[in-house]
Formats: sequence, C-alpha cells, structure tokens
Amino acid sequence: MSSPMSSPMSADQIVDREYLEIRAKILEVAASFDRIGRGAGDVVQDPRMQRIHEALDALGQASDDRAEQIQLIFSLPYDDDWPEKFDIRPPS
Amino acid sequence: MYYFDPHIHMVSRTTDDYETLAKMGCVGMSEPAFWAGYDRGSAEGFRDYFNQLTETEPKRAAQYGLKHFTWLCINAKEAENVQLSREIIKMIPEFLGKPGVLGVGEIGLNKNTRNESIVFMEHVELAVNHDQPILIHTPHLEDKYPGTRMILDMLCDDARLDRNRVLVDHVEEHTVRNVLDEGFWAGMTLYPVSKCTPQRAADMIEIYGPERLLVNSAGDWGPSRPTAVPDFILEMRRRGHPESMIRRIVYENPISFFRQSRGFDFEPPSVPEARITEH
Repeated sequence: MSSPMSSPMSADQIVDREYLEIRAKILEVAASFDRIGRGAGDVVQDPRMQRIHEALDALGQASDDRAEQIQLIFSLPYDDDWPEKFDIRPPS
Repeated sequence: MYYFDPHIHMVSRTTDDYETLAKMGCVGMSEPAFWAGYDRGSAEGFRDYFNQLTETEPKRAAQYGLKHFTWLCINAKEAENVQLSREIIKMIPEFLGKPGVLGVGEIGLNKNTRNESIVFMEHVELAVNHDQPILIHTPHLEDKYPGTRMILDMLCDDARLDRNRVLVDHVEEHTVRNVLDEGFWAGMTLYPVSKCTPQRAADMIEIYGPERLLVNSAGDWGPSRPTAVPDFILEMRRRGHPESMIRRIVYENPISFFRQSRGFDFEPPSVPEARITEH
C-alpha cells in the first residue's frame, strides 16, 4: 500500500473553510432529533436510534478514525465462519 | 484536466450527459453490467443488454469523442436466481472478444446470501478460464462491511487470481484498507446518501495515498451525478493538492488498470490538455 500523504491545508485553514459547513450539519442533526421528538410515539427502543446515539458518542471521541468507527457502528457484523454456514468452499 | 470515469452506467443517461462529460474533460469511461431497476426474465433479455453495452453505447459516446468500454456479467441482485445466472455466464464468452470489452463485472454481493456467493465464484471461474480482469461491486450500507470481507475471502482463497487485475469498487472508510492491503485495486464511488462524497474520497486519498485508488461517479438511473469526478477534482484543487497528483488518480490510474485488458484500445486525445500551472 502506498504511503499516506500529508494534507496540504493546516488545521486552522480547514476550520476556516469548513466551520460554517460543520455548524450547518450539526444543526440539521439537531433539527432532525427535534422533529422526531415532536412526532407521535416513542423511538427510544428503536435500534436505529441506538446506533445513531452510539455514533454521536464516537463523534465526540478524540481519535483520527472517527469516520471508519462510525461506518462500523452502522454495519452488520462479519462472521468468518460464513463458508461453513453456507456449505460452500472457495476454490484454492 | 482530462479524466476517465472508470464506473458509470451510461445506458441510464441521456445523450446530453455524454456531451456534458466531454465538455468537462472526460475522455472515456467504462460501464459495468448492472441491475436495471427490475429483474429481467430471461437470458435473451441479457443478450439484448450486452448488445446495447458493446454496440449502442460506444456509438453514442463516439459522437462526442469519448471512448466507451464495458464489463459483462449478471449483477449481484439478479444473481439470487442461480439457474438464470448460469445461463448468462454460459453466454458471456460470446461477447468477451468484442471491441471494448474489458472483462467480467460488476460481479459481487448484494445481501450477502449463499446464492450470491455461488454465482460470484462461478463468475470468478469464468474470468480465470478466459484470462479476464474482474470488476467487483461491494454491497450497500450495513451489508458493505461483511460483504466486502466475504468477497475478499473468496478472492484471496483463489491462488490463480492476479490481484493486480481485480478492481474492488464502492470502498468506503471501513473497507478501503482491507482491499488495498490484500493487493487489489480499489474504487471510491461518489454517490449521494450511500457510498462516498468527493470530500471523503479526498480524505481517503490523503490517508492511503494514490496507489491503486480510483474514483468514479457510478452515474446510473438512481439519484446520482455523472459529473461527480470533476467535483472530486475541484475538491482536491481547493485543498491545494498538485495537479500531477490529481491527474494520476483520475486519468493515469484508470488507464494503468484498464491497460491490462486485451479490449482496452485507447489513444490519448490529440487535442492538448488544458492544465492549471503548478506553483
């Protein structure tokens, strides 16, 4: 695999460029939550809402792979026994 | 800047889109066979589709100076029908020698089922027996991670495959590393809601570097932008990446991968390429 490249932009420059965009995205999520709250019924036990809250927790962690971690939260698990369960054998 | 769209479904686009792509610097595209939005009822329906891919679309593209290439298969969604899939796989060799056919694709998984896995392996067998490169579709959303791992298991268990002739498409942040680490090419699909944005594709280039990475629009009959690759070019420029780096990803990398196909007959355009001067 090739080497990673450094970003040509400094952290300050990225915040300058993306601050309003990030602000707008957070507001969209907040407004979606408010909209859900105004709707009839209760979604507290909905597994999708639980995944959304888990993803929001991951967003707040200090790491450099938040996007990857959040993708995994929204993914089904991988089972390495799948060929046995399907009773198939890849060619060797 | 010239660019090549390595994965776009032009059968779903209007002729105006060919013109727009040509105006934006596109010089060629490759179109994998895919799902039409409905399940086709017979092998003869696929024969008509393969004729459209190998005869009609190259002519439409040529009106605007674009080179159109294609890949043939039965897609993962219709692969649930194993009997029909076997009829299609048996028919595909009739088309493999036609001009512009690059290989077998886009094969893959959709809901990660047993039938899809069986048909995937039979497509790989077809590609190996006919010495063809392979283009792979990975599943959407929550199915992508397990499906991509399953696909890699099937490919990596097959010692006959040349991994440099296999492109695994629709990678995202949680699958790109696995694909590259195993020695395959990886394609990032710029597609609204599902898949990847131009910004996230640029992030992955910064994290993993440009080697064996491609970007494509997948432009199809769903909500999608056939001009997504120029969106990626603009994002890379706005971040200050050099023109040589961007050109490598959108032009040189696809040509390097496709050059491994016998059906890739491509001459760079004779018109000089407009470039932004690097400082």
